[in-house]
Amino acid sequence: MSDLRELYQEVILDHNRRPRNFRAIEGANRHAEGYNPLCGDRLSLYLKVEEGVITDASFQGSGCAISKASASMMTDSVKGKTLNEARGMFEQFHQMVTGNADPLAHPERLGKLAVFEGVRNYPARVKCASLAWHTLRSAVDAKDEVVSTEAE
Amino acid sequence: MTSIASIAAPPRAGFDVRRIREDFPILRQTVHGKPLVYLDNAATTQKPRAVLDALMAYYSEDNANVHRGVHLLSERATQAFEDARATVQRFINAASTREIVFTRNATEAVNLVAQTFGRTRLGPGDEVVISAMEHHSNIVPWQMVCEDKGASLRVIPITDEGALQLEEYERLLGSHTRLVSIVHLSNVLGTINPAQQMIATAHRHGVPVLIDGSQAAHHMTVDVQALDADFYVFTGHKLYGPTGIGVLYGKERLLEELPPYQGGGDMIKSVTFEKTTYNALPYKFEAGTPNIAGAVGLAAAVDYVTAIGMGAVTAHERDLLAYGTAALSGVPGLTLIGTAPEKASVLSFVMDGVHPHDIGTIVDREGVAIRTGHHCAQPLMQRLGIAATARASLALYNTREEIDALVAALHKVRELFT
Repeated sequence: MSDLRELYQEVILDHNRRPRNFRAIEGANRHAEGYNPLCGDRLSLYLKVEEGVITDASFQGSGCAISKASASMMTDSVKGKTLNEARGMFEQFHQMVTGNADPLAHPERLGKLAVFEGVRNYPARVKCASLAWHTLRSAVDAKDEVVSTEAE
Repeated sequence: MTSIASIAAPPRAGFDVRRIREDFPILRQTVHGKPLVYLDNAATTQKPRAVLDALMAYYSEDNANVHRGVHLLSERATQAFEDARATVQRFINAASTREIVFTRNATEAVNLVAQTFGRTRLGPGDEVVISAMEHHSNIVPWQMVCEDKGASLRVIPITDEGALQLEEYERLLGSHTRLVSIVHLSNVLGTINPAQQMIATAHRHGVPVLIDGSQAAHHMTVDVQALDADFYVFTGHKLYGPTGIGVLYGKERLLEELPPYQGGGDMIKSVTFEKTTYNALPYKFEAGTPNIAGAVGLAAAVDYVTAIGMGAVTAHERDLLAYGTAALSGVPGLTLIGTAPEKASVLSFVMDGVHPHDIGTIVDREGVAIRTGHHCAQPLMQRLGIAATARASLALYNTREEIDALVAALHKVRELFT
């Protein structure tokens, strides 16, 4: 069980049990859908962006503990960040979980998100951890538009 | 769990699972420091030494191209390839080797029929009947040809337990129905569909039937003549054979009427730039150099299973399924998916508050290999209202102790997630 704890850290299990920001945002102006065809996991990401700064972030959907905790912690951590800072966080997170960077080299950049470092030892689960982040990048790069419930 | 674990396995004359396990070199290993418990047999089965030896012997001693050379090796390779066809013919009790077409896999066999039958027999307003529990490989090929031809798919619904609704099936059959294509044994639910009865029903309406036997051929005796199947497809790698070899059985009369699938060498009788005449069955459907070693390996697998006896295999797996069903039902928060009265070899389940992917990762660390996800049956997942299941699937070399190992690993899942 000890090596499993490296993946399923207490903070990850906690975010899985009680995901933060698990809601739609009234008046969100960025929205993206994430889908992992391998496992059928789906994720809707909502952002409120004001003058280039993410003032609110939330998600809905279904997925495994890793993908849910990742979305939960990501939405917490991008609030207050500029769109460019969010893009940079995507790069760092992606490099960390794919094993291409040492998170301990710059621990301050990812902060609490470093708990996902263990994912790099589980190649089949990298997509679970990065689904929310890929969805974030697509929302960040999208044109400003009001999310329409009619389009759902 | 102790009460279940303490039930002694009934002795079965002639079937010694310990000895059988010794035939499978891959099963001897440990993964993550634990003995490998391989319960992903619906995805692919492991290969006995007899199959590995046959592949090695073919490439070491007989390798040449088939059906062309006059030299000795080509004659031996051709003989081995055609002997393999005869072995498959006897295995499913086909009337003739002309009815056995080698393909890459079951998917290619379905596509072959969809393209050749669909191209010549489907038109606007026509219908192909499939079921709600089909693998994508028995959905998408029909969708593609239906789209081309202006035909449409009709879907037999299932009960919540995972059995086909046969009254609805009969209602779907009508003057527009051109073909029925259904799975024999569901890869997600384990349901065994009443193929013989369903074929008889379709035939009363003058409709031919394709049976997808990918999951059935290694768990039960298949007799295509007793079934009266018009087409029957299965794959070698789930039948303890190599990957890259599959089988299409088709009634000779039907195969004769169908146009070729792919063009190329071996499928022709004569070629000029003006006109090509096609080869006789089954070569008409086997363009290009086939997977000769694959066919040889498949025949070795069939011989291996036949020597053990399909009846003994079915009985052993039925015992394991009953044991596994009872054992899994005792895991708190676990729900079995697929509880049809007639089922075999598959234990699909979900657990409260734990996603199947997490289950898969955790039990893997205990050495237990299972499949998690939608199992290439997304419409079935939608029907069941779930995104995914965890699936343990059985083969002739599995034991009660391995089910116990799965159950113990699932208790660790519970421990971690509560």
